[in-house]
Amino acid sequence: MIQVESLSVQYGAATALDGVSLSVRAGEKVALIGANGAGKSTLLNALSGIVAKKAGTIRIDGRWAHVPEGRQLFPELSVDDNLRLGAFRVSDRNPAWIYEILPELARLRRQRAGSLSGGQQQMVAIGRGLMARPDVLAIDEMSLGLAPIIVQQLAAQLMRLNSERGLALLLVEQSARLALSLCDRAYVLETGRVVAQGAAAELLDSPFVERAYLGGPLEASP
Amino acid sequence: MNAFFSYLVHGISVGCGFALVASGIIIVYRVTRVVNLAQGMFSVVAGFAAATLLGVGLPHGVAELAAIATAALVGFLTGCVAIGKPGTNPQASLIATLGVGVFAYAVEVLTWGDQPRSFSGLSGSYDLWGIDVPKQYLLITLVTLVVFGALEAFFERTYAGKALSACASNPYAARLQGIGVVRMGLYGFALGGALGGVAGVLLTPVQPISYDSDVPLFVNGFASAILAGLKRPVLGLLGGLVLGIAESMVAGYAKASYQSSLALLLTLAILIVQATRREALHAVEE
Repeated sequence: MIQVESLSVQYGAATALDGVSLSVRAGEKVALIGANGAGKSTLLNALSGIVAKKAGTIRIDGRWAHVPEGRQLFPELSVDDNLRLGAFRVSDRNPAWIYEILPELARLRRQRAGSLSGGQQQMVAIGRGLMARPDVLAIDEMSLGLAPIIVQQLAAQLMRLNSERGLALLLVEQSARLALSLCDRAYVLETGRVVAQGAAAELLDSPFVERAYLGGPLEASP
Repeated sequence: MNAFFSYLVHGISVGCGFALVASGIIIVYRVTRVVNLAQGMFSVVAGFAAATLLGVGLPHGVAELAAIATAALVGFLTGCVAIGKPGTNPQASLIATLGVGVFAYAVEVLTWGDQPRSFSGLSGSYDLWGIDVPKQYLLITLVTLVVFGALEAFFERTYAGKALSACASNPYAARLQGIGVVRMGLYGFALGGALGGVAGVLLTPVQPISYDSDVPLFVNGFASAILAGLKRPVLGLLGGLVLGIAESMVAGYAKASYQSSLALLLTLAILIVQATRREALHAVEE
């Protein structure tokens, strides 16, 4: 579905990504974890074609949607308009099915997206991503700034979309424990390189990941 | 009392002209976050072009439409200079539009000379409840209302309008949805050019234009746009009307030379109020 080989991205003199290889197969759930500045968002932006690559190859089969860090909604536009704009590339722009999956949005549909709470905004952002009818949905820092209960609800929705519709997920998280607990496989990114990869369960138990990204044994789990 | 109403009628039609210029400024800003300093130039080009085309024998209507199309093309080209390079920041683009405006002086003087030009619009007037209303004034007002109705419908009701708004609302997110932000910005500039053109062909019969008429047009249009908070075209119409009527009253009851000072004063006052409010907002956020 997604095949990235030896991808390098340069911002001026700074190397943001240095020979990153990664794959996501159809219907798979993959986590991408790493500290702030490790290059996670850069990788997603490269996959979206927003930043230019210096070297390497990117292959995406099927449709890709990217829910960016910080939701990045169109604040002056209504929830409904935000969702519809997610379907810019496809012909079906009716958001009714999003309101079925995320019923809370149905009653907010006429409200300005900028006036919503953080959790509601994240729902709109995910809904907007889904409107592109993706085969792979990438979500950057879904949990950032949200109450644990909201994160759990969103995660449950995503798991359902994955199991019922075969939607592949690429979850980018600083909160490694959450991403690892949701996903099948994971990559650990550090200063632009993949430093560890494997089954999510194994990485969750690895002392290396625990030390580097979980902040020692068991900090508050979401 | 009669004088008051004739000032009012004059003020409304002039205000409609300001509003059309303002709508161009607002739309370019809404799509690109660039304050287009060349907006007044679009009206000047359209006014000159219409005068020339009428001079070579094109009928009314056709000549004006062709002039508006010319202004739209000039708007598009201005956009290419200002925002054609992806990632240009709005402040740099603003300076680029100033450059285009100054460059246009040279082209206009070489093409049309430095003397004011005009052409006849609708002649005669209607007697409405005892007030003498020139037909051209009525035409200006009607066209303005139709244009604003269309703009409102376009931005609030159509998908293309929403996609254009999305570009300025959050360019990064717009690109993620697959919206070509630069292309949309160029459409915005072309639309701005066309609106400036509409103002130009409507106002030239009332007020002869010369190459440097862009400055008063921009100042008044910008003041109206600022009154509207640079966001919604319809508020720009209100802004234009308020300004047009106020200036007409000042000219009528005080002194004609005060009217452009009024626009500048109003702009300054609004900018100061908005700046202090923004600071207050920042203080609250911090």
